[in-house]
Amino acid sequence: MKPLIGFCVVALLVPGLAFAQQGSVASSGTDTAALEQKIRDLEDRLITLEGQMRTMKAQAAPAPSSASAPSATSAQATPAAGEAAATAPSESIASNPVSLGGAGGSAAKALNPDISMIGDFVASAGGNSIRPTPAFEMHESELGVQAIIDPYARGDFFITFGEQGVALEEGYITFTALPASLVARVGKMRAAFGKVNTMHNHVLPFVDRPLVTENLVGGEDGIDDAGVSVERIIPFPKGIFLSATGQVFRGDSGPDDGLLFQAHSKNDVSTVAHLRGYKDLTESTNLELGASYARGHNELGTDFITSLYGIDATLRWKPLRRAIYNSFVARSEFIWSQRHENPFEQRAFGMYASGEYQFKRRWFLGGRYDWSDRAREANLTDKGGSVILTYWPSEFSQIRGQYRFTDYAGDHKSNELLMQVLFSLGAHGAHPF
Amino acid sequence: MNSVVSKFAMLLTAGAILAASLISPGIASAKKLNIVTATTDLAALAQEVGGDHINVESIAKGYQDPHFVEAKPSFLLRLRQADLLIVVGLQLEIGWLPPLITQSGNSRIQVGANGYLDASQFAEILEIPQGSITRAMGDVHPLGNPHYWLDPDNGRRVAKGIAGKLGEMDPEDAAYFQQRFQDFDRRLAEADKKWQTEMKPFHGRKVVTYHNSLPNFAKHFGLNVVGFVEPRPGIPPTPSHTLDVINMMKRDNVKAIMVEPYFDRKTPDSIARETGAVVVEYMPSVGGVKEITNYFQLFDYNIGLLTKAFQSSQ
Repeated sequence: MKPLIGFCVVALLVPGLAFAQQGSVASSGTDTAALEQKIRDLEDRLITLEGQMRTMKAQAAPAPSSASAPSATSAQATPAAGEAAATAPSESIASNPVSLGGAGGSAAKALNPDISMIGDFVASAGGNSIRPTPAFEMHESELGVQAIIDPYARGDFFITFGEQGVALEEGYITFTALPASLVARVGKMRAAFGKVNTMHNHVLPFVDRPLVTENLVGGEDGIDDAGVSVERIIPFPKGIFLSATGQVFRGDSGPDDGLLFQAHSKNDVSTVAHLRGYKDLTESTNLELGASYARGHNELGTDFITSLYGIDATLRWKPLRRAIYNSFVARSEFIWSQRHENPFEQRAFGMYASGEYQFKRRWFLGGRYDWSDRAREANLTDKGGSVILTYWPSEFSQIRGQYRFTDYAGDHKSNELLMQVLFSLGAHGAHPF
Repeated sequence: MNSVVSKFAMLLTAGAILAASLISPGIASAKKLNIVTATTDLAALAQEVGGDHINVESIAKGYQDPHFVEAKPSFLLRLRQADLLIVVGLQLEIGWLPPLITQSGNSRIQVGANGYLDASQFAEILEIPQGSITRAMGDVHPLGNPHYWLDPDNGRRVAKGIAGKLGEMDPEDAAYFQQRFQDFDRRLAEADKKWQTEMKPFHGRKVVTYHNSLPNFAKHFGLNVVGFVEPRPGIPPTPSHTLDVINMMKRDNVKAIMVEPYFDRKTPDSIARETGAVVVEYMPSVGGVKEITNYFQLFDYNIGLLTKAFQSSQ
């Protein structure tokens, strides 16, 4: 491969030089112009070649390194002519990464998935008798492994290492080449119920999750289950973006001490539906509205259903010319829970409203108001509020402080100071808007 | 009983989605290719060669930092109808384009599909990092500097590449696209001659730029970029680095600071006050200001600003 390219380069350059020499002899104006044109064409051909090289390097499927190592040793040990000749071509590509320009070594890694690790460290001060948190906690370490699988699909894995153990937060294949503009996902995923439920911890603008998530929507992990999801953009006039998502899950969600859904048999699947509307109000302001529905069987048995209804609204402002300096996001979700129990039904409501303003390139100030009944004792209501300040040393780390006041039902008040450090290693894929 | 209900809900969901897919109007098999580009410069180049046989639209605006575009759902509406998506590549759009492509539900423009064109393959790429790189260097681009369109030679090469691609996708119009490229090439060569003449007196002039986005421009027009307002790519100015830049500019007699319109002018302005240099708010892309509506005006505008700044600081 390398000699071939060397030859191409020489073959291109030699005539160019020859012409250049002739050009210096014949000094007529038209000739120089023609020569200049010729040199320009040659230069273009070289650059085209370089571009093709880069593309080849990015696409070339180098033999897996594990495979090339044994073949090298076998070639040395046993000079079996046929075998050695057969392995030689692939071996020479694998062991001699082309070093013409570029980041040579990266060629071998070209087909590796994008790997990233995000650390989420949380410290807290102050008392909370209802939901105590430790003074220091390596709350979560999220390993992301993402790649395009083939021309028809991509794969995403997010594995979270908590202090208690490892969990697959998400792991799914997305089929991107389906007919009729359908986008389907198969695997384990965060359900499309509202906004906060779809978000990983490290993209939340708070240290914690809103009370309504804790009380009604399965806590930190939320509705996160194995199943199938189908999404489609629905054509709508007037520049309105409308999309519908339908999901079917096995039916197990929520923490062990407060299960949201539990499958008692294979028929106890849970379903989630989400309708999302979006419109650009101006170039820098946009509004998003969503409606969600989730239904599953709760831990009391197959005949006991929990249904969740939610609406969400997000208003964003980000002036394009000052996009890296100023922005504002306001968001609210209202969620109603309807839980079948014996003998009564528990109907609970909860909401949060939050805002975050970026006042300098690296600084964000935010606030959140919480109000939520408890799913199992709907007559008990928790309320709270938070003030949050976030500093981004770079795009790859955040330091966040949050003052949180919570007034739990039964007059349990708590004042807490939470501090979070988030840091990101490697190529973490961009998150959906 | 309940399992029946849940299955019914499942069916209902599936039915709703199917129904939704049926009421969508079929994509008109119009002859005009629908092209979406990541940036306005690529749209301008595609327009040059595509003429009125294509529809082209850019996702990013010309006055927007192309590193930090928001992946708004409204862009999906355009992407789902696109026959061809042209990107700058070299990871410039890594922060926002991949989720848009995935969510578009458009199999034609997925990475590697026939309707996905990475324009960087046609261009001369500078500053491809050698050896190992880390984020301690700031927000570096491991595949090379992605701001390659600010060199008219690269503009020509990319236009040629786009013309070839368009001809491949629409063979009936291939000759039309080639002829338009020839015409563009001729006009660009003429314009370049004029730009070179205007810039000739200032050959070798030292400049400081805010972000490292001008290596191709500097190479083509013989400028000497000696420093950056950012201490490292993507890292905002720090007082100590600013002081270093001021001292360096005084020592080396640097009289121009080139700043993109989407960066804060505070630091460049204070450096200019200290050093007597001129701040040139150049436009990195077509559409950066209203009067730049095509690829030629982009250079007309920037070279006009630069020559004026150099003349005034002589």
